[in-house]
Amino acid sequence: MYETAIGMEVHLELCTRSKVFCGCSTNYGGAPNSQACPVCLGLPGSLPVLNKRAVEFAIKASLALNCEVAPETKFDRKNYFYPDLVKGYQISQYDKPIGRNGYIEFEVEGVTRRVGIRRVHLEEDTGKSFHDVAAERTYLDFNRSGVPLIEIVTEPDIRSSAEAKSYLEALREIMEYIEVSDCRIEEGSMRCEANISIRPTGSSDYGILNEIKNIGSLRGVQRALEYEIKRQTELVSSGGIVLRQTRRWNESELKTEVMRTKEEAHDYRYFPEPDLVQLVIDNSWLNKCRSEIPELPRARRERYVRELGITPYDAEELVADRALAQYFEGVARLGTEPKLAANWLLSDLRRELNQASLAIEQVKLREAGFSELMVLVSSGAIGSKTAKDILGELVHSGVSPAAYVKEKGLAQLSDTSEIEKFVEQAIADSPKIVADYRVGKERALTALVGVVMKLSRGKAKPELVNDLLTQKLNKGRL
Amino acid sequence: MKIYELNASEIHKGLRHKDFSAREVAQAHLYRIEQTDKDLKAFVTVTTEQALRAADAVDAKMSRGEELHPLSGIPVAVKDNMCTTGVKTTCSSKMLESFVPPYTATVVNKLEQAGAVVLGKTNLDEFAMGSSTENSAFFTTRNPYDLERVPGGSSGGSAVAVAAGQAVIALGSDTGGSIRQPAAFCGIVGVKPTYSLVSRYGLVAFASSLDQVGPFARTVSDAAWALEALAGHDPLDSTSVPNAPVDWSQPLDKGIRGLKVGVPREYFADGMEPAVVKSVREAIKVFECLGAEISEISLPHTSYALPTYYIIAPAEASSNLARFDGVRYGFRAEGATNQEELISLSRSQGFGPEVKRRIMLGTYALSNGYYDAYYGKAQKVRSLIKQDFDNAFSQVDIILSPTSPTTAFKVGARVNDPLSMYMADLCTFAVNLAGIPALSLNCGFVEGLPVGLQLMGKAFSEMMLLQAAFAYEQTVKLPQLPVFKGGLPNV
Amino acid sequence: MRLTPEQVQKVAELARLQLSLDERERYAEQLSAVLGYFNMLNSLDTVNVSPTSHALMLKNVLREDQVRPSLSQQQVMSLAPELSGELVAIPRTFEG
Repeated sequence: MYETAIGMEVHLELCTRSKVFCGCSTNYGGAPNSQACPVCLGLPGSLPVLNKRAVEFAIKASLALNCEVAPETKFDRKNYFYPDLVKGYQISQYDKPIGRNGYIEFEVEGVTRRVGIRRVHLEEDTGKSFHDVAAERTYLDFNRSGVPLIEIVTEPDIRSSAEAKSYLEALREIMEYIEVSDCRIEEGSMRCEANISIRPTGSSDYGILNEIKNIGSLRGVQRALEYEIKRQTELVSSGGIVLRQTRRWNESELKTEVMRTKEEAHDYRYFPEPDLVQLVIDNSWLNKCRSEIPELPRARRERYVRELGITPYDAEELVADRALAQYFEGVARLGTEPKLAANWLLSDLRRELNQASLAIEQVKLREAGFSELMVLVSSGAIGSKTAKDILGELVHSGVSPAAYVKEKGLAQLSDTSEIEKFVEQAIADSPKIVADYRVGKERALTALVGVVMKLSRGKAKPELVNDLLTQKLNKGRL
Repeated sequence: MKIYELNASEIHKGLRHKDFSAREVAQAHLYRIEQTDKDLKAFVTVTTEQALRAADAVDAKMSRGEELHPLSGIPVAVKDNMCTTGVKTTCSSKMLESFVPPYTATVVNKLEQAGAVVLGKTNLDEFAMGSSTENSAFFTTRNPYDLERVPGGSSGGSAVAVAAGQAVIALGSDTGGSIRQPAAFCGIVGVKPTYSLVSRYGLVAFASSLDQVGPFARTVSDAAWALEALAGHDPLDSTSVPNAPVDWSQPLDKGIRGLKVGVPREYFADGMEPAVVKSVREAIKVFECLGAEISEISLPHTSYALPTYYIIAPAEASSNLARFDGVRYGFRAEGATNQEELISLSRSQGFGPEVKRRIMLGTYALSNGYYDAYYGKAQKVRSLIKQDFDNAFSQVDIILSPTSPTTAFKVGARVNDPLSMYMADLCTFAVNLAGIPALSLNCGFVEGLPVGLQLMGKAFSEMMLLQAAFAYEQTVKLPQLPVFKGGLPNV
Repeated sequence: MRLTPEQVQKVAELARLQLSLDERERYAEQLSAVLGYFNMLNSLDTVNVSPTSHALMLKNVLREDQVRPSLSQQQVMSLAPELSGELVAIPRTFEG
């Protein structure tokens, strides 16, 4: 039997406004080569100046992954030639990454797994190449050149393709939560590479490492690793040897293929970047970054279940959307019963948001208003049907729910004498239904309730209507 | 006296007294270039129109009665490794032969803002790698004292422009002596400032941890004005120091009574031309007569400066020059069928032999398995060299030495022996490695060729160096413009 | 330390320089001489010396995360030796 050791290398584009070493915009979708300057084009004589926010994002990512943050660090040049690499070197960090020796925890099939984080470092992105096979040309756009990246490298602690996928999901959730990257794997703001080796179960040595690149989706990660585990296991079981290779995932043919072998491995000639100065991260800076990190998803989920009595499923749903969770907490803090609020948020409010294509941040009905609505419902001042009906309007208008209910006269009728009038009229107007009731057709009562509700324009409290009708009809029988 | 013979302070006075206009000053220098540059070959590009326009702007400013900066209307030349918007910046390389940058180096911006009139871009050893300008891909600049000889390098074109009266002030860059050595060979003042005092933004990098831009001038006073204008923090250069502790308001003529002058014995050892040593010793006597306290000192790691420099500088250069790949700008080789070929063909055809040699050397020094033995070792020895200076400056204020072991050598004499060429900068490397300031000024002639005296000081002691140089200059009063040999008209 | 023409060739490949056989020989000789001269550094004991990568010790030079104007697309494109529409063009690249 064999077991698998997988280490992941993930590159995340940081969502700063400007690039890591110059003031060019990092926005997506600009015209090609319209977001470039002498620095990010690598024109001669240009010099890098480090973006403070990019450093802070790298520090926050390191802290969120339980890393030690380097008190003193620096940048290094990684030298290699490639047309999309404008300076012939990438400014990166070699022996002093901003973060190291961390870990991440996540659940796989109900079991908690911990994967070690070897390092988190800050570097710059390259330009983008487009290959035109027919014209035998490659085209280059340098808008992405110089966008800040962090590279997150795990220890080879991952044991299966499913675990790899869970790791990436957990990582993405954290990075989105601390708002350092939007982690869009399909848009390229999150890129994954895997190092994989197999070894006989129980052996303490790692096998020969293969690097898998070019994985463009979460499903691709799982498939590529499954393919590679199978390939290596079959190879070794049939007496073959795994060669040290860099392989590429071919998404259309669903297989990995050789990119280069060890012998062709790069010699990056790292050396300290002389155009940048030392970076010192002192305690006050570190603490400022730490204070800006919100409660992380896993801790938050546990707290919702433990302290607020939310079901694990609802906790998962709420926490998955940081803004929604924030909103929920606001509502709960105002004294609304958390379970009631969670139900309403996850079903009715979410439906309204989807219909109107709104983000929770854009909704005019803020936490206080939503809380007020919950009070109206739980006190019986309005029926839940009414509440659902007016939610759409409230989301858009932002008026106070209580005021709205009052203005529109939507409060439930609970005055027995008023309801009695409607009941008497209903009985008078519907002799046939009353006759049906009298011969024992119990469903006729429901029909009569409907008539009363219609007469009261929905405001009569249904339980009262029921009681009064039964009273009146049975009274007539005596 | 002809206009081109005037120094900056004289031109400044003349402009204010309306003896001549800024346009006349520019025209006089452009005419001087026209007359002499066929022989001297100092300029790669002469920007006549822009120069006249800049001069007219100064005249207009004057007619409005506005105050003139001391550099207003002063004709300057710029080494062609500093970027100038809309004007070719070639680094004297085929690689950038037609490169027109869309941005201007901070140092050039500062001169222009002061009202200086840029006459053009000057020749250099390709990418500033050399000591003679013979490594220019275009032509070799000639020494105005003897056209058979080199002007030094790599900033040879700028040194010659100033020495021959083509420009009043010029910008050079100094990585291992590229300002001081040509200043010595051409008999003028050249200043290599403290690392970080002057912005490197827009200077095409050779070795980033060593490069500094500095001025050439015929007088110490002009050099001081230029340096003051160039210095200052630049947010575009992360290695530019904020609030440099240099007090520019100090008077140049403060005198040097009581100044502690160190004479390092290692700089007067074997390998120095005896006549050069003799001239420098005489200059030291002048310092003594002026009241300086002379003492012999030791900089024990001096002989390690050359190998240390020739590991660190090529290593950084191999990386700095990796961007020249024929993809986005500059020279692109024809006939490449894939990207690998495009890059290697463009680089092989675009770079000259010395640049390739240094890229090879630097690549080797950084490569897997050799880093510790070469680059790592050199960085440690660099610490020892820096320590030597720290120790010395705890005893003395300034250090005097020859700028170069020899006077200007003949064109072609050293081109086939890289090591002997590297020796031409023997006295200047250590200063760059330590990051300290130094200047060279003329201290006499040997067989009609100028000899350079080098003054070194601790970080940010530029004013002290200028004051000492000024005291010497005012005492010995050497001629500032050469009497040309080889039939060059002294028009 | 003597460099062979083969070693020179390996370094040249790393540096993306194509050398003729003749150049390989010449560089091998010249670089060997220079490297030989460098060996004098080995006589220095530097075990307890820390390296200097900058002569001056500045730290934490940072800029605020503010967008500043880029070059115009026209300026970027006018530098390029070959264009295709708004993109810089080169002969085809094989590696993905």
